[in-house]
Amino acid sequence: MSNILLAGFGGQGILFAGKQIVLAGMRDGKYVSWLPSYGPEMRGGTCNCSVIVEDEPIGSPLVTKPDILLAFNTPSFDKFESKVVKGGMIFVDSSLVNKKSERDDIQAFYIPATELANENDLTGMANVIMLGYIIKKTGLFSEEFFKESLTSGIPAHKAHLAEVNNKALAIGFGYEG
Amino acid sequence: MAEKMLMKGNEVIGEAAIRAGCRYFFGYPITPQTELSEYLAKKMPKVGGLCLQAESEVSAINMVLGCTASGERAFTSSSSPGVSLKSEGVSYIIGSDLPCVIVNVQRGGPGLGGIQPAQSDYLQATKALGHGDMHFVVLAPAYVQEIATLMGEAFDIADIYRTPVMLLADGALGQMMEPVDFEAKRERALPEKTWAACGHGNKRKHNIVNSLYIEPETLENTVLARYERYKAIEENEVQYDEYMTEDAEICVVAYGITARIVKTAVKAAREMGIKAGLFRPITLWPYPKKQLAGLADKVDKFLVVEMNMGQMVDDVKVATGCKRPVEFFGRTGGVIPTPDEILAKIVEMNGGAK
Repeated sequence: MSNILLAGFGGQGILFAGKQIVLAGMRDGKYVSWLPSYGPEMRGGTCNCSVIVEDEPIGSPLVTKPDILLAFNTPSFDKFESKVVKGGMIFVDSSLVNKKSERDDIQAFYIPATELANENDLTGMANVIMLGYIIKKTGLFSEEFFKESLTSGIPAHKAHLAEVNNKALAIGFGYEG
Repeated sequence: MAEKMLMKGNEVIGEAAIRAGCRYFFGYPITPQTELSEYLAKKMPKVGGLCLQAESEVSAINMVLGCTASGERAFTSSSSPGVSLKSEGVSYIIGSDLPCVIVNVQRGGPGLGGIQPAQSDYLQATKALGHGDMHFVVLAPAYVQEIATLMGEAFDIADIYRTPVMLLADGALGQMMEPVDFEAKRERALPEKTWAACGHGNKRKHNIVNSLYIEPETLENTVLARYERYKAIEENEVQYDEYMTEDAEICVVAYGITARIVKTAVKAAREMGIKAGLFRPITLWPYPKKQLAGLADKVDKFLVVEMNMGQMVDDVKVATGCKRPVEFFGRTGGVIPTPDEILAKIVEMNGGAK
């Protein structure tokens, strides 16, 4: 069972990343739900997304106490770090968040996802790099399974997108931090 | 079973309507249901249908009136403030004995309110959206899958009883994505629309669709005939769901998105040894009165949980004949209650944890 909260700025692909986890969960036969924060959000504003992947029907779709937190900016890290359950995991884009978790009852992982994206000509795909990293660290899905799920929705005339998504995913999956 | 699709609640409303054979949508955009118009604007032309953005909600509901009078399936959608604007048209549709579907993806109120999820239109929906002696069927889905099923059923119920049917959702259900299977709807026998005001080449006497009756006795008769149909609806169309109510001491009553949050709280209460259960009305009108009355003989207390200030409490009191205490917990204005808050209330009613 996983209650996942993805949080960052609008435009970072938070909702997209959440949807990919849910899609993979559905293809894996799990119960899943995806709930975005919505409102007067815009590029650069705060944005978060509740994602649940469970073995039984889902009650509240709102994640208030995440097992897994993905923090893509400092305000999100500050707001949600304390909400993560004991024994939970925090994933931080260390290119954008200059803080470390001081909690000793959770596992924290740091990946410079945005820098890795920029260095590899994948600007704007830090979200997919992060996905690769969390899939590896959490074992939610196998890399192959997730890769297939991620590229399954890409229409033929946009086939070139599969290549960059796979590249980003592989960078995240291979990152040793 | 067909392959499941991952869709937003708002999109599912549109897709389910198309699959129910509805080809006419009249609406005016408003958060948090705009994805529905967006979806239909793309899809309706592809199936030979019409998605029309009217100049206002008032206009949209009256376009529904005209369209459904011709015998076609039609629907409109809005969120709380926009639904208030439709109230006059809804009353005219009822007065004309016309079927249609109205969607309310609720947001916080009153006034322009907010844009976050709420259930504060319960009384409006179940008691009086419009003037005159009237009811209409109100369906409250709690899952995206249930939106698909109920939206399909809504058109059937509307046609069978010649009544508007409201799908009462909220911003969270509209915005969230869950897997959905559109094949799950039951097939029903539908009456022929002999009343439709449509072209027939002078082969029969023309039909008139009207809601004006100057003679009091004539008007009374139309109302009485309509209330006979309401009686049939109350007998045949009640839907509800129960979770762990068999041995429950504290029975929580909740509908829509709130019910699933309550379910999480009930599960947690059970883990603490508290005998809690959940009763979830799926039809808010007709209200599952008999079923609640039955529960009143078994449980110790009721707790109503809603995203409003307690609009359903009186319905539970009336249904149970005030046999057991009915308490309330709610958040309003667009705040979604957490399972912990609800659990704390259940624990309090239990006199602490055991």
